[in-house]
Amino acid sequence: MFPYLPHTEEEIAEMLTTIGVSSIDELFSDIPEAMRLKGSINIPQGISEYEVFRHLHELSEKNITDKVSFLGCGSYDHIVPSTVKHIMGRSEFYTSYTPYQAEISQGILQSIFEYQSLICELTSMDVSNASLYDGHTAASEAAVMALNMVRKSDTILFSETIHPATKQVLKTYFLGTDIKLKEIGQSDGTTSLKYLKENLTPQVAGVIVQSPNFFGYIEDYTGFADAIHDNKSLFVISSNPISLGVLKSQGEWGADIAIGDTQPLGLPQYFGGPTVGYIAAREKCLRKMPGRISGQTVDTDGDRAFVLTLQAREQHIKRERATSNICSNQALAALANAVYLSTVGKEGFQEVSRQNLQKAHYLFERLTGELSLKPLYERPFFNEFSLVLDRKASQVITEMENENILGGVALDRFFSKDFDNVMAVAVTEKRTREELDKYVETLKRILK
Amino acid sequence: MNIPENLKYSDTHEWIRVENSNAYIGITDYAQESLGDIVYVEMPESGEEFSKGDEVGTIESVKAASPIYTPVSGKVVQVNEDLEDKPELINQDPYKAYIFIIEISDSSEIDDLMSAADYNAFVEKEKESH
Repeated sequence: MFPYLPHTEEEIAEMLTTIGVSSIDELFSDIPEAMRLKGSINIPQGISEYEVFRHLHELSEKNITDKVSFLGCGSYDHIVPSTVKHIMGRSEFYTSYTPYQAEISQGILQSIFEYQSLICELTSMDVSNASLYDGHTAASEAAVMALNMVRKSDTILFSETIHPATKQVLKTYFLGTDIKLKEIGQSDGTTSLKYLKENLTPQVAGVIVQSPNFFGYIEDYTGFADAIHDNKSLFVISSNPISLGVLKSQGEWGADIAIGDTQPLGLPQYFGGPTVGYIAAREKCLRKMPGRISGQTVDTDGDRAFVLTLQAREQHIKRERATSNICSNQALAALANAVYLSTVGKEGFQEVSRQNLQKAHYLFERLTGELSLKPLYERPFFNEFSLVLDRKASQVITEMENENILGGVALDRFFSKDFDNVMAVAVTEKRTREELDKYVETLKRILK
Repeated sequence: MNIPENLKYSDTHEWIRVENSNAYIGITDYAQESLGDIVYVEMPESGEEFSKGDEVGTIESVKAASPIYTPVSGKVVQVNEDLEDKPELINQDPYKAYIFIIEISDSSEIDDLMSAADYNAFVEKEKESH
């Protein structure tokens, strides 16, 4: 295959003459001689289009597509209505980059506006931005907002029960700064209000918690908002958006900032991404929000139109005074979220949420009943739960995989040896009764 | 360009009006015109103490975000809450739309500030250099 249309020798010579250099090599004179590549790059010779196609086809044959997934821990196997793929695939959306000449792209601005409106409804918040990279980035940006909003603060508290990857991204975000990150311990599988109160010093800018938490348990935030607000700190709750169809939203818990990852809303698991981080907040936080916001207005004819609003927050105006590095968004994936939510509708969304809850509980009841498996904690959960097995979880998972079931996530990959036998199991609306029953029979056989 | 005679001025384009031990502080006509349409004023909080030259807040316009400095040391006793909803008051009448009132801790600092005539010359010079 010919990969591109090259310049002719004449064109190259003309360009070199114009800029006043004698050879292409001279353009690289700033790179020390010792560091320059000598000879050619060690890659195979080109092959024909047909051979490339055949090679890729062979690779795709290696994909495993017939295993039934019970994997969770932040990324879930949900039903994606075909409307999502078809609207995302339209070239007006699919091939366009983030709108820098924003107002000329009314369709994209409208799709962002719809996404923001839906996120505000789900979280009971006043304002959402146009989206962030993922849920972990959203947590880190929420921490930045809190630090910018609370004067003389330098500490972020986060619960032991939030996603371990969120903790890692927080640490990376604040590496090399004077900001202190402090973990609040859990008790019985959820964030402890007692430990929170013990750690609420005047330096605390914000408190980050997650419900359903990393182990799947639903956290009870009674008393949290008052304690945090009495300390003049901000309350940040991360939630799986699907859970908001049956559980209290962040706004209802009195949070100031709502965050999470929208992968469950119409995005496949891919290889872990891309997903979308959502961030929504009370109006008082508006000026400190990261990234962009699409707003609704009217044009000179009085017709509905969309504009990028609050742009002063972005770097091209605030420059070195900007409070965040985020200047783009996950437009295409956020569009998938908006199409997903519009397709399932309000009642459909509640139905999806209910089915997650019910199917997960059906499997849990059978596993703890017939198989006498012990849960990690006796706590209410949404669509995933953690079980303590009598042997190494990763071995059991491998054996289940041989029977075409991706049975769960071994938690020892996130934590210490204490979690060797712990397996996290997620059940979505996509799982059928037959699949759930097969899971029980398979695990019963393996553990026998 | 309006530069009232009865005020004092800083080289960071704040004006100051002294009333007994308090000072009203805002930004000058030249500053508001340079910024363009002001969309947001981030103000200090009452009770906060600052030294002369400290950054106390930020003014955002459609084209820039600029720090607000205090020309004198002291404790903030009041902020102009009208600016929260109507930041454009600064564009309309910058000398009426004060941003904050500070209780002056060292009145000798006032003497270091510019008179209207000095500030006029300072601005003319700054314009030339642009």
